[in-house]
Amino acid sequence: MENSSSNNDMVTILVCEGTGCVSSNSPEIREALESAIKAKDIADKVKVKFTGCHGFCQQGPIVIIEPEGIFYTHIKVENAEDIISSHIIDGKPMEDLFYKDPNTGEAIPNYKDIPFYKHQTRIVLRNCGHIDPENIEDYINTGGYSALKKVIAEFTPEQVIEEIRKSNLRGRGGGGFSAGMKWKFCRDAVGEPKYLICNADEGDPGAFMDRSTLEGDPHSVLEGMIIAAYAIGANHAYIYARAEYPLAIRRLRKAIESAKQYKFLGENILGSELNLDIEIIEGAGAFVCGEETALMASIMGKRGVPRPRPPFPAVSGVWGKPSNINNVKTYASVPVIINKGADWFSAIGSEKSKGTAVFALTGRIANSGLIEIPMGTPLRKIIFDIGGGVPDDKEFKAVQTGGPSGGCLPKDKLDLPANYEALTEAGSIMGSGGMVVMDEDTCMVDIAKFFIKFTQAESCGKCTPCRDGTKVMLNMLEDITAGRGKDSDIETLLDLGTVIQDSSLCGLGQTSANPVLTTIKYFEDEYISHIKDKRCPAKACKELFHYWIDPEKCIGCRACAKKCPAEAITGEKKQPHLIDNEKCIKCGICYSVCPKKARAVTKVDNTPGGGE
Amino acid sequence: MAEVNDDSHNMEEFINDLITNQARDKTKIINILQQVQTKFGFLSREAISTISTQVRIPEIDIFGIATFYEQFRFTKPGKHLIKVCEGTACHVKGGAAITETIERELNITHGETTSDGLFSLERVACLGCCALAPVIVIDEEINGMMSTSKINSLLQKYNEKTGTTGGE
Repeated sequence: MENSSSNNDMVTILVCEGTGCVSSNSPEIREALESAIKAKDIADKVKVKFTGCHGFCQQGPIVIIEPEGIFYTHIKVENAEDIISSHIIDGKPMEDLFYKDPNTGEAIPNYKDIPFYKHQTRIVLRNCGHIDPENIEDYINTGGYSALKKVIAEFTPEQVIEEIRKSNLRGRGGGGFSAGMKWKFCRDAVGEPKYLICNADEGDPGAFMDRSTLEGDPHSVLEGMIIAAYAIGANHAYIYARAEYPLAIRRLRKAIESAKQYKFLGENILGSELNLDIEIIEGAGAFVCGEETALMASIMGKRGVPRPRPPFPAVSGVWGKPSNINNVKTYASVPVIINKGADWFSAIGSEKSKGTAVFALTGRIANSGLIEIPMGTPLRKIIFDIGGGVPDDKEFKAVQTGGPSGGCLPKDKLDLPANYEALTEAGSIMGSGGMVVMDEDTCMVDIAKFFIKFTQAESCGKCTPCRDGTKVMLNMLEDITAGRGKDSDIETLLDLGTVIQDSSLCGLGQTSANPVLTTIKYFEDEYISHIKDKRCPAKACKELFHYWIDPEKCIGCRACAKKCPAEAITGEKKQPHLIDNEKCIKCGICYSVCPKKARAVTKVDNTPGGGE
Repeated sequence: MAEVNDDSHNMEEFINDLITNQARDKTKIINILQQVQTKFGFLSREAISTISTQVRIPEIDIFGIATFYEQFRFTKPGKHLIKVCEGTACHVKGGAAITETIERELNITHGETTSDGLFSLERVACLGCCALAPVIVIDEEINGMMSTSKINSLLQKYNEKTGTTGGE
């Protein structure tokens, strides 16, 4: 009757249950599909599974039909019946549910052909969106835990370290230090017992790679950790996960339980002498706890305050014992390297940055989501070919990488390769992989203020350069964006930024000035405009512009007047309306509700002679 | 939202059981505070005093730890907890206007509770739902692709919820 099941191939319908899709009721979609299958009595030919995050949350809820590879987007509960009767039974896929290219409108049925996925090399994210993260059998069926078996059967701990070192796997949390070397330092260090730690405190705003990996493929992280524990000689491991990721934590707990049942954790793992138990520690909302020494302090029940290094954690970590700490993605890469070999891994990427990088591409971008690509891929390809460029006909202005520790790179840096060295040289950093795209409507001074505000709030307070330095920078930026900037400000910010960089105790402080320094370096004209002309070119800084209704364009629909919370808009129906600037609180609601055909509400600079 | 229970005796008993299970391990203090807050909604002065006695850590040290971490609150929260994401992607997609709109609608600022005890507002650095920016969470329910015009009707849903069920 229909093509898929006549091959005796079970049709599998995969429903995404990552945090994003769950927020749009994907579990109910799954239930509706299961009911429809039962009603049609085809449960022996079709099954439904839930998966973790595909990394394409903007298109969610996502449903995939395998083995065809059809990719459905924005699914609603009502679509379930049709998917079963039309696609599964009648063999007619639902074309209106296909992914549509946001720029061309072209419908692309198969996920392998979608540009967003086509250009990716998914290693860390290999299973995300394709397996049931709560079923260890699914993980095992894709080759899961075979690397662990291989290690126990064929490698000594030293050989594991050598293989990882040879692969040139560098820390994916942003530090970029050789994982193999770190493991070696820890193994060689004097002190027992040794500890293994997974840093799952993904605090960079704009980053959710670790979340998706933990929700979608928790076993890949566990397997990597068990191999690492074997290599360094640890018997107890911690996963420090931020409390803002409750689903990830739940999936991890379940995965740990399953791994124990299958004897991949516990005593005498796979008949070897390795014993390992993994404990989950929940963060309590402190960004600084992503810094390794602060993280360890938090594990030990203290305030998350960093300390100077040396001694490094490999020598003296939690409880004063040698500890190895790595990021989620670093551990998730380990099983693949063991199975496919160090040479295979180091053939991907660029000279000093091997393997793949996972970026969270967000902000003003057509295709927002997680992208895994070989290190060294040019930013232009990531943003335009994969990301689909900037929507709504707006001009690209900047891309921010590395979270609050990183910097903003302008248009003329788009051909830079995305690797540790190139990004650092340009003034930014690779970081954990956050990549936020900004367009002509983004004010770069406002962005610098945003990041300093964040870093200032998250500063632990221990050292003066960070605690007081970021506060002074924030005050200055607040003055500049409110039209109170002084001529000497740019120079002061540069001096201050350099001092903070050089003298802060930890990475948070040392990198806190990066957003300010890079925006001054690449967008100095915007600072000058704010300071000298009291003008915000992007018209984002509220105190420097006001809203004005163009009487030539206003159609008098009253949409703005009805929504204005300050009752500042007056006018008769079908007559041009007027905003009373004394009452206006600049909430921007009128600007967003004015019909596209009119576009009568505009932003006007406050300074005399300021145009639109 | 977790049940908020002021009964002192219940609280002492709860903390007692908790501490016994943790074997009075001082290093687990953060987890203990998290469990107490999950149960009672916040850390009252009384709760901290009880924990201090049971775990044998000075109150000042507990305050030092609890005030360091953003998660902990010291006043009773509203029935519905609103968390507004202030991450980079949410900011670039207009998150600040969302926060301002909510503050205006409810007449509170972040860290506060409405006078009728219905809503509390908190800011969160990043929820990891960046592709759905801007995002707000109400009672652990994620609302993505928010806009200032959607706020009013969203908040109304919770007003109605409480009205028809007469509370939980």
